[in-house]
Amino acid sequence: MAVGTEAAPDTTAQRLGIVAHSDGPFVPVQTRSERPKSTLHDDFAAVEAWQTEWKLTPIDRIRDLIDGPLDGSPYPIQYPDVAHTTVEWIDRTDARIGSAGIPEERAAANGWSSFEKALRIAIEGEPESLTVTRAAMGSAARAAHVLVEAAPQSKGLVILDSRGSAALTENVEIVVGEGAHLTVVSLQEWDDDARHLASHFASIGKDGKLTHIVVSLGGSIVRVNPSAHLAGEGSDAELLGVYFADAGQHLEQRVYVHHDAPHTRSRVTYKGALNGEGARTVWVGDVLIGPRAVGTDTYEQNRNLVLSEGTRADSIPNLEIQTGDIVGAGHASATGRFDDEHLFYLQSRGIPEAEARRLVVLGFLIEVVQRIPEPVLQARLVSALVAELEGAA
Amino acid sequence: MTTLKITDLQVSIEADGVKKPILKGVDLTINQGEIHAVMGPNGSGKSTLAYTIAGHPRYHVDGGTIELDGEDVLAMSVDERARAGLFLAMQYPVEIPGVTVANFLRTAKTAIDGEAPAIRTWGPTLKKAMTDLKMDPAFAARNVNEGFSGGEKKRHEIVQLELLKPRFAVLDETDSGLDVDALKIVSEGVNRAHADTGLGILLITHYTRILRYIKPDFVHVFVDGKIAEEGGPELAERLESEGYDRYLTPTA
Repeated sequence: MAVGTEAAPDTTAQRLGIVAHSDGPFVPVQTRSERPKSTLHDDFAAVEAWQTEWKLTPIDRIRDLIDGPLDGSPYPIQYPDVAHTTVEWIDRTDARIGSAGIPEERAAANGWSSFEKALRIAIEGEPESLTVTRAAMGSAARAAHVLVEAAPQSKGLVILDSRGSAALTENVEIVVGEGAHLTVVSLQEWDDDARHLASHFASIGKDGKLTHIVVSLGGSIVRVNPSAHLAGEGSDAELLGVYFADAGQHLEQRVYVHHDAPHTRSRVTYKGALNGEGARTVWVGDVLIGPRAVGTDTYEQNRNLVLSEGTRADSIPNLEIQTGDIVGAGHASATGRFDDEHLFYLQSRGIPEAEARRLVVLGFLIEVVQRIPEPVLQARLVSALVAELEGAA
Repeated sequence: MTTLKITDLQVSIEADGVKKPILKGVDLTINQGEIHAVMGPNGSGKSTLAYTIAGHPRYHVDGGTIELDGEDVLAMSVDERARAGLFLAMQYPVEIPGVTVANFLRTAKTAIDGEAPAIRTWGPTLKKAMTDLKMDPAFAARNVNEGFSGGEKKRHEIVQLELLKPRFAVLDETDSGLDVDALKIVSEGVNRAHADTGLGILLITHYTRILRYIKPDFVHVFVDGKIAEEGGPELAERLESEGYDRYLTPTA
């Protein structure tokens, strides 16, 4: 647990972390909410392998996404007509952009600097679920910006379904109005060669609730960093994730929950499986309980199931508490091998090894999938997970 | 008649890279319908016998044979043994997160029978098996053994025994950790399965308590990886009063 300390940087350069770590008595930023923020790429120091934010990421494979020119034009999307929902392209100067949060690292800022129009997805009232599919992003480096808005007192489910090829740097803003209940599912079922860097910024109003589910199965490098700002009193965030890394695949998620109002609640549950040489996952979970967030109730956990040799899972929970007057704060992290005793038990009841393995792995991952309130998508994801298992067996 | 025949069985485990012999030549034949109690002090190798019959990978067979009607059990995988009709009720059943009891039992039944149970009859069959063992049918929706008490885990083992209908069952200290009521419920389940299917039973226990409810035809006393004495039910009564001391005290 890191207890917050006040960092008092005295120059702009230091504030944005431009000073290299070897340059004298530089006090590193420790309190998560004081991490530098900017929408401009050049405000951030060049990305290097030693930096905390990037040291677990294969940066040499994504230099173009971090620093290169990005195509920020609109791309093909598919979505059905659903009453009480709006899907539209809005200008980058629109006042609503930036209302949920802005980048804290250079790649996200590159995406922000580069997009031309933002995709706005809005719900009012209690619409049917809405799926927006992005299946033709192309393999040239591009930037995207998505704004998801749930009007006050609305209730709905928005699925962002990404597939096909991609070399994408994007920012996704999620604004949950007062009393609204929004579920956002970010589905990464990319082709094998896709590379995808995403920062999600959610702001949750008074008594609002966000359920945010990241599903990463496909892609070569997928880094999705969701942050939730519990800005309104009584707001609630459930941040869930499920991922399955095959040979050579890098799946990363850096989660940040900022309790910034009284009586806020958060639950973070990420579960992943790794199978095959070079399968790589990273989970970082930062929770900050700010000085105003009395009555906070938070628990975060990450569990990884290692199915073969040659994999690596990093799992780093951080909890920072700036007020003592809370209901509860805890975290758990466990990365374990497939338990042969599970296999023995099931096999001793006649269940063949392959089927026993499938039962156990699906059982491990299904907890998160079952939280998606959409049976058709649930069933599809179960099939996708089975295919992952069998493809790598 | 179906027979499970164990001949000169020698088994070792590896601990910290050192091979440690546990079973040192066990001979035991169980015919269909017979109930054999294997009793012995802690560390005598009773559970090793149970897990070796089931095929747990931790136990290395150094010599001897296990045959089921002449078929080489040791050559079978764990699941093949179960499908051949062997069942092990475990002392410490593991919890399996995310796999419901209902899903587990249906999958196991399908694997054992070679076909899925009829949907119409399976539900009531499952419910009856659970209520017979005084298990709330709501447990079917819970994950396998997750959050079950020690007694509930044992009852769940016997539910499986009744549903899967093996030809031979090894009960590994099924009585341990049970209070009198639970012991009765579990014993009734075993006796019911025995009456229904005429299976052979190898009942492994440290205490004679369970033998008040499940009547053995034969009693074998296990000491230091071997059978030290064999007899009928009267041997159990003698153990009840004398304990294992006379097997452990070196004779002058």
